[in-house]
Amino acid sequence: MSLINTLPETVVTSKVDDVLNWTRKSSVWYMLFGLACCAIEMMQTGGPRSDLDRFGAVPRATPRVSDLIIVSGTLTLKMALRTKLLYEQMPDPKYAISMGSCANCGGLFQLAYSVCDGVDKVIPVDVYVPGCPPRPEALTEGLLKLQDKIQQERWLVRAPESAAV
Amino acid sequence: MDAAEIHRRLRDKLGNSVLPEIKENEWPVIGVLPAAIAESCRLLRDDPETAFDCLSNLTAVDRKTDDLIDVYYHLYSYGHRHKVNLKVSCPRLDPALPTVSTIWPIGDWLEREAFDLMGVNFIGHGDLRRLLMPEDWVGHPLRKDFVEPEEYHGISTRRESLLKL
Amino acid sequence: MSTTSIEIGLERETPAGLETEEMTLNMGPQHPSTHGVLRFVVKADGEIMRRAIPDIGYLHRSIEKISEKVGYHGFMPYTDRVDYVSAMQCNQGWAIACESLAGIEVPRRGEYCRVIACEFGRIASHLISVGATAMDIGAFTPFTHALREREKINDILEELCGARLTFNYMRIGGCAWDIPPGFIKRATAFLDAFEPLIDEYNELISFNKIYTERMGNVAPVSAELAIAWNLVGPNLRGSGVKYDVRKDEPYSVYPEFDFDVPVGEGKMGEVGDCWDRYMVRMDEMKESCKILRQALGGLPEGPVVAKVARTFKPPVGEAYVRVEGSRGDMGWFVVSDGTAFPVRTHIRTGSYSAMAIVEVLSQGLMIADLIAVIASLDIVAPEVDR
Repeated sequence: MSLINTLPETVVTSKVDDVLNWTRKSSVWYMLFGLACCAIEMMQTGGPRSDLDRFGAVPRATPRVSDLIIVSGTLTLKMALRTKLLYEQMPDPKYAISMGSCANCGGLFQLAYSVCDGVDKVIPVDVYVPGCPPRPEALTEGLLKLQDKIQQERWLVRAPESAAV
Repeated sequence: MDAAEIHRRLRDKLGNSVLPEIKENEWPVIGVLPAAIAESCRLLRDDPETAFDCLSNLTAVDRKTDDLIDVYYHLYSYGHRHKVNLKVSCPRLDPALPTVSTIWPIGDWLEREAFDLMGVNFIGHGDLRRLLMPEDWVGHPLRKDFVEPEEYHGISTRRESLLKL
Repeated sequence: MSTTSIEIGLERETPAGLETEEMTLNMGPQHPSTHGVLRFVVKADGEIMRRAIPDIGYLHRSIEKISEKVGYHGFMPYTDRVDYVSAMQCNQGWAIACESLAGIEVPRRGEYCRVIACEFGRIASHLISVGATAMDIGAFTPFTHALREREKINDILEELCGARLTFNYMRIGGCAWDIPPGFIKRATAFLDAFEPLIDEYNELISFNKIYTERMGNVAPVSAELAIAWNLVGPNLRGSGVKYDVRKDEPYSVYPEFDFDVPVGEGKMGEVGDCWDRYMVRMDEMKESCKILRQALGGLPEGPVVAKVARTFKPPVGEAYVRVEGSRGDMGWFVVSDGTAFPVRTHIRTGSYSAMAIVEVLSQGLMIADLIAVIASLDIVAPEVDR
């Protein structure tokens, strides 16, 4: 049965910001950026069981079309400079999830000479997911938290100082 | 062929460059003087009776208390299924050894790693660059007296503990 | 530089008026098809590579130095991170190295638990490997199939030790925990379901025409070359060398089990090509299932861990121990000076030499084949860098 002509013309009222944010949060494309152990869990999060696609998050191969960088794993000093470069290549608005203890604060590898203790020294982070490594459920929760954050952003009415996003 | 026989053959050819004692172990340790290490490796590989066709491992060990750097060569023969461990001690100030990268190609990387992390010079290597650390890194991190730098390209390597409030 | 590097003449006739020059391409460290943070500097002549120079160290986490600070027991969680795709064998390697330093004997039940854990880990690792190989070649579906089964193994191992990926299951002298009640039944049920699936995978990809064309005859490694470059494990066996540390230098209780060592036979081209290396992993999963059935069936009674002092101080000496990890013969070198902290630990891994040989293998290949080569060598970044 066709739906055409069966429903009256429906009008839904909403705020422009809400609609914009709802569309943005429902298609968070994350960059395929696996660093270390957490990358395997990130892979499994995108895999058949926890299936991150359900939330509109699909992996992209290049930073140029990604909205989100999931820093999954230990960030070495040698890699830190490249990570910064990758983040700068992403178009605005962009978000970062720090996945796992190593990316949060260095974790187990705080004793190491070659590890950058925390990705927030290099790029701004929106959501920190704890765990070593976090389970797929935890990363999914991190993504949902990020979606909440996106939903609350304001684009049309905002203070002048935050205009430059 | 057992270790004593390998040891005897080496001493027949190289004389006192091969130390007289042999340490029985799962991998029997034969001490060799630094100048003779490449020659003994070549003899062990080319002699069809020993035929050590594989350099299984190469490790440099910092013996700070003895002011020495020991380099261990673990040799394995797939044909005869026997194994031996050659040990060389060189002065800690200026460790220099003839290269074995012309004997086994994998020696190329193993020696670069030993140079990178422990500062052992391999004479005749041809391409002795850092392997794991960035090219502009200062110092050899696996030395016992290595001091971690305060920062690397503007990234601080220290992190304040969150527990110290 | 090296004796076996091959000089391949790529000079071709250039039509008059056209000029060619060598192109330098950068691949990685962020590249969806390099497993982890690997980087290659590709010198190419159009689509054909003159060589691909590996640049490693982007995941160098100084694990070896950390062992000098945290002591023998404390180093166990770090060994998980040496090869996170199959952490159990790393646990075992470190445990055996310490045990051989101190002369500790592991109870038989402990050894059996280790074997069970390791073989499940091997299947899980090979699943990632074959799935990722197919994905890199361009087939996404086999990857999801492989991950589906891997999730089930993760559940089983989680039951065993509480973690999905970084297990920290073994201790010096045995294992941390005994197997939980009902484990044998559930593990056997998994094996019953999994074994037919291997044939399904074979039908799905291994003998698929597109797949065999893409993998067969690509970058063959001769047995001599493999040994000279110290290729180990499935990569070495892919070249036709029948060598498995579990068989040829037996450790643990592996001599008690009956299993075969599959080798590459060159069914889809030359011996030692990408397809052979891939197929060896497929066959090894079957062998692991065989070992698992025997181990689960013959589990002896008794304790799982020997009595080991909390401050573990092995006597002065050094030990070099090799275990068969998922990526092959993994060497653990420990030097002790009699204190509670090792003087030096060195880990020689399978991916390290596999990464080194890429420079030789890539000469004269198409750029797209580099992906197939990396995938078939099953390179995992932390194992290269440690």
